[in-house]
Amino acid sequence: MDMPDTVSAAEASASGFLDGDYDDAAGYYTPGTPLVDTKAPEGPIAERWQNRKFEARLVNPSNRRKLSIIIVGTGLAGASAAATLGEAGYNVKSFCYQDSPRRAHSIAAQGGINAAKNYKEDGDSVHRLFYDTVKGGDYRSRESNVYRLAEVSTNIIDQCVAQGVPFAREYGGLLDNRSFGGVQVSRTFYARGQTGQQLLIGAYQALERQVAAGTVSTYTRHEMLELITVDGKARGIIARDMVTGAVETHLADVVVLASGGYGNVFYLSTNAMGCNVTAAWRAHRKGAYMANPCYTQIHPTCIPVSGSHQSKLTLMSESLRNDGRIWVPKNQADCDKDPRDIPEEDRDYYLERIYPSFGNLVPRDIASRAAKNVCDEGRGVGPEVDGVRRGVYLDFSAAIERLGKKGITEKYDNLFDMYERITGENPFEVPMRIYPAVHYVMGGLWVDYDLQSTIPGLFVTGEANFSDHGANRLGASALMQGLADGYFVLPHTIRDYLADGPFEEITEDHPAVVEARESVKGRIDHFLSVNGTRSVDSYHRELGNIMWEYCGMERTETGLKKAIDLIRSLKDDFYRNVKVLGGAQTLNQSLEKAGRVADFFELGELMCIDALNRRESCGGHFRGESQTEDGEALRHDDEYAYVAAWEWAGEDSIPVLHKEDLVYTAIEMKQRSYK
Amino acid sequence: MSMNLTLKIWRQPDASSAGAMHTYQLADVSPDMSFLEMLDVLNEQLNDKGEDPIAFDHDCREGICGSCGLMINGDAHGPEVTTTCQLHMRSFKDGETITIEPWRADAFPVVKDLIVDRSAFDRIVQQGGYISVNTGSAPEAHSVPVPRDDALRAFNVATCIGCGACVAACPNGSASLFMGAKITHLGELPQGQPERDSRVVNMVAQHDHEGFGGCTNIGACTAACPKEIPLDVISQLNKDLRTAIRHGH
Repeated sequence: MDMPDTVSAAEASASGFLDGDYDDAAGYYTPGTPLVDTKAPEGPIAERWQNRKFEARLVNPSNRRKLSIIIVGTGLAGASAAATLGEAGYNVKSFCYQDSPRRAHSIAAQGGINAAKNYKEDGDSVHRLFYDTVKGGDYRSRESNVYRLAEVSTNIIDQCVAQGVPFAREYGGLLDNRSFGGVQVSRTFYARGQTGQQLLIGAYQALERQVAAGTVSTYTRHEMLELITVDGKARGIIARDMVTGAVETHLADVVVLASGGYGNVFYLSTNAMGCNVTAAWRAHRKGAYMANPCYTQIHPTCIPVSGSHQSKLTLMSESLRNDGRIWVPKNQADCDKDPRDIPEEDRDYYLERIYPSFGNLVPRDIASRAAKNVCDEGRGVGPEVDGVRRGVYLDFSAAIERLGKKGITEKYDNLFDMYERITGENPFEVPMRIYPAVHYVMGGLWVDYDLQSTIPGLFVTGEANFSDHGANRLGASALMQGLADGYFVLPHTIRDYLADGPFEEITEDHPAVVEARESVKGRIDHFLSVNGTRSVDSYHRELGNIMWEYCGMERTETGLKKAIDLIRSLKDDFYRNVKVLGGAQTLNQSLEKAGRVADFFELGELMCIDALNRRESCGGHFRGESQTEDGEALRHDDEYAYVAAWEWAGEDSIPVLHKEDLVYTAIEMKQRSYK
Repeated sequence: MSMNLTLKIWRQPDASSAGAMHTYQLADVSPDMSFLEMLDVLNEQLNDKGEDPIAFDHDCREGICGSCGLMINGDAHGPEVTTTCQLHMRSFKDGETITIEPWRADAFPVVKDLIVDRSAFDRIVQQGGYISVNTGSAPEAHSVPVPRDDALRAFNVATCIGCGACVAACPNGSASLFMGAKITHLGELPQGQPERDSRVVNMVAQHDHEGFGGCTNIGACTAACPKEIPLDVISQLNKDLRTAIRHGH
């Protein structure tokens, strides 16, 4: 590995590193050179993407089949890219760990997808979607990328409709829209509560069409375990066939990671069980910077944990807060009582009390943090797990009285059924219980305007990159970004890189390839040889608890430093005491999990360091040290209006921080206010 | 409140080895556990004892990805109308014996333990389960209105998650419900018309080639379907096939 680009203390001071009175993360990182060139085109913001598309070189159609592309992940960002690049005539290999590309976790997205179609003629426009997204991200995203996202959003809807995605329609046969996530225009397209599924099936079908056409080969039940770099360029991956256990080498001219988010570092999240950071983390260790890893989105209305057996959390639409009233008992002694026996005067409708104007409809992060606070005080409800009751009531009794049972059923469709199926309680009779859960990560691998990482030839799309959502993501924007990247952005930017290809042919016995393959085998052998006493899951659960407690919704310097110590010692114990049974040359689910959890330890530590460095409350994150007199979030644009891009400096070294300053030319930075 | 269960589970090391039912005792099962969480707990205990954990497919655990699927006491996805991951232990009784097997169908060979190979579904889709429209060539979304009832019908059958319960439940091992859902979804929409004939002919040919059986209108598929895909999609499939043949396909 090359020596990291670090700077001296004097240079660090000059580049703004030691401004302000604090450097909480001092000693945990090395200051690096700033990231100056993001390849964002110059000129008026509305013309930048057009200009870039024109300037990006073309690849002659007859040359395309000689160029090979590896795409890891088949969610919206991966399947759409694979299909589109296959249609263009490139030679594409598509990898997923599931048994079919159709099962990637984009499928679970419920709400909808934003697009600036302005079909409602309610004042929407590309510029307004751009503005809302930057503002929603609390001014921590890159404006050129966000503008482009808003710009191509309209093409996505056209494409999906043509594929047969069954969006909701009005009686006249035209598409219906709804307002979503507190924005004032109706720009969200939806397919009942299954928008993600319908969009993914559309992309999956387009992908399978290319498989039949011979342009795309799919490798299902394959997990990428290492990135191959040759002469500084990404040239392939090492993947494990999860059925036979074979460690395979796949070489290509370019590699695309569309491997999703890493919310499972928290163990419990709304992610699918298999979602992991390994593909991204392996690339990070090979030189791709990881940007803003601490930016995590926590969703306030999930179904709470029912016991220590809990394996994942299920989200319920936030729209429930429109009619439900959130409360906990005033007295700890009432927490295990039947809520119907607790009289009105003994209930604390804490959101209505603290935020009288917004009440139960305060933004996601505030609702989430307030719920955690009352539970930490000992006033939570529901089953006691590890000594704490983590749940608050979401009570519909007033709404049922007002709208009738029928009115509520019509409005919330299957949500009440879903809740009853999971909890066994009927929310028409007993108040629902809810608790926040990790839902999405805005952080990810750093990419430039072309979606290229700091490793030439490694592109990153969808949730796996960091670029569009800043410190918080607007509702219905994840699907938009995944498809924008895969259908409309990457296919243009990647051709500029491929115009220099095909690159020098390499073989499986190239030293860099051998080294990558041997390191994967070495890791596998290690996990199988420890033969300790604890299961992988038990480590994962403990790591998740640390992350949730100290690097969740509210962070403090003391807590984060404690978390880093805890993670380091847990990781150490893991390598000495984990118990992974079975062999390497077979389907081995414990072995799969061991590799993922090993990478989560390293990611978790970096998330804490990133959070430690960012001594400001912004987006979904609250830093205890950065609040107003009223206890509200306080952002510090003077010190932290930058992207924190972290460079791996080696196993025994602290990471290097490179800053990309965020400059807004088309929008003015404002502080959020909801009082 | 907690339950003690006897579990009879199919174990098979790999596709080429013979399998057998094994019996396990599991104590202190909470009724609030999902069925898969119950298996997680059993696996933790097996791991502690040095026995190979039971392999099963699962991912989203919220009933939408279609990864999970077990024959539970002979029923695909068990006693409720839902996916295995959304089935909870409160549907069972203390002291009960539960039999757990992989999907039963020739076209879904066992990979290991409770995991089967459903790649035949992908190959059926490759033969026409799509609308041919390259990225960038789509017309404006509002250029083709779709009557609301047609859109609703398309949506209702597009909810198929490709789990394979229909095949597992069918005595003939037919994938007609799976195929009928796709044929109906795309056939209800104006965008799906140009390829309507070739789609049904090619998908049915692939279905038969994969070794799925024919439909004899038993209806076990729709009864087992966690998404309640209606049986009439198979009528639609047959009608479209007949029409395509009449058109000379």
